[in-house]
Amino acid sequence: MAQLDVQDVKMSFGEKTILEHVNLHVGDKELVSLLGVSGGGKTTLFNVIAGLYRPDHGTVLLDGRDITGTSGHVSYMLQKDLLLPYYTILDNVILPLTIKGMSKKQARETALPHFSTFGLEGTEKQYPGQLSGGMRQRAALLRTYLFSSEIALLDEPFSALDTITKSAMHTWYLDIMEQIHLSTVFITHDIDEAILLSDRICLLTGRPGSITEEITIEESRPRSADFSLQPRFLEYKRRILEKLG
Amino acid sequence: MKRKSQSTTSKFTGFLYPAGAVALLLAVWQGVSMTGWIPGYMLPSPVDICRAFVNDFSNLMGHARVTLTEAFIGLFLGVVTGFVTAVIMDHFPLVKKSVYPLIILTQTIPTVAIAPLLVLWFGYEMTPKIILIVIATFFPVAVGMYDGFQSADPDAIHLLRSMGAGRLAIFRHIKLPGAMTNFFSSLRISAAYSVVGAVISEWLGGFNGLGVYMTRVKKSFSFDKMFAVIFLISAISLALMALVDLAQKWSMPWERAGKKQSVQHTKKGR
Repeated sequence: MAQLDVQDVKMSFGEKTILEHVNLHVGDKELVSLLGVSGGGKTTLFNVIAGLYRPDHGTVLLDGRDITGTSGHVSYMLQKDLLLPYYTILDNVILPLTIKGMSKKQARETALPHFSTFGLEGTEKQYPGQLSGGMRQRAALLRTYLFSSEIALLDEPFSALDTITKSAMHTWYLDIMEQIHLSTVFITHDIDEAILLSDRICLLTGRPGSITEEITIEESRPRSADFSLQPRFLEYKRRILEKLG
Repeated sequence: MKRKSQSTTSKFTGFLYPAGAVALLLAVWQGVSMTGWIPGYMLPSPVDICRAFVNDFSNLMGHARVTLTEAFIGLFLGVVTGFVTAVIMDHFPLVKKSVYPLIILTQTIPTVAIAPLLVLWFGYEMTPKIILIVIATFFPVAVGMYDGFQSADPDAIHLLRSMGAGRLAIFRHIKLPGAMTNFFSSLRISAAYSVVGAVISEWLGGFNGLGVYMTRVKKSFSFDKMFAVIFLISAISLALMALVDLAQKWSMPWERAGKKQSVQHTKKGR
């Protein structure tokens, strides 16, 4: 059980207000995408949820608990995989566990069973420099998952990959989602990606930014990448494009 | 497989060219000496130098042991001082602002100028020599590691903070390992400085060591021995640097494993 509620958040830097009256609800095991133009405040909202910024106004609740301005509750993944080049993949993914105070041995034992789920078998003892971009994002996602199996914030996790790898990652991710049940907030500026992966899409628009529109994607799971070729898909896309103006 | 064979070839030629150049230089030198254009007492031939080295070998090794002991103790203390300085400067920006110019200043004073003062204050034993080596060797380490700490990827720090990491964990997982390349570059320089520093401090007072040997043979105009000891000092410095390379390879296995890096710790920083 994990639910995230962002209530009436306002965030400004100096004179500049980035976010105002932002409300967001993420239900248990739900994947909600934040869609909006670059510089629209998506990443700022993430930093507020992650507790790296304290908002001027508003609260962030995790299962009803106030976590505003405190870090360490939700996990976070960026476009850059940020795997540390001097640690093996295994030691990279257990980092959040050892930081929480778990012993290295125990952390390794916790992590190892997940390698096959994430399609990372055989990479345990390799260094990040030896893996492809797609594999490294998988490792980064495993690290994110090990940190908190409750809420994950993914900030454009696949946007640095080439189109073919990206589409392979989407298929992989849809498959993973059936197995790990993670409540997720997903930032993207790729409309296709948002429709394919999300249960719900929130449009973050305006200056200062707020969530102006919510679109529920009523496509049952498990989804396949084939969904993106259906007329239903294009209908969603048309609606979003209209809303974005 | 292909890549591997290429790299061994390039390693071989990379060794071959400079070795050839040195061999050529020695041959020309020997030739010039044998023709008698330059009298032997002014520039001894390579063969004379080798003979002097062999004849005085046990004497040289005794002095080398003293110099190496000084160099090692000085280098060790210098590296520790440099490391601590870098950590403090990275942790407290205010300290960095106030102390950094002072650290630069210590490097503008010529070693030869401080050495007699240190001898005056601390006598002819090992202490002044070690202090001089510490002054010479802590600087590259302090500056190199400080740069390494500062060039840590802010996004990686952000990520660890979002996991709830404190300053110590960030230092342990990001700053320290990220500064290892810088550390070894600095250590290579410091290792060379330590030997040179030891020799210079011995020139200006002492009972044993290659610097003392050097002043003695200079006074007796034995230039063959003079050159022998110069070559020995170079060889020791090179050996120390090779040792540092070996230590780097051993302690940074990921460098060999993959050339691509995911977190780029650019040496220049941002």
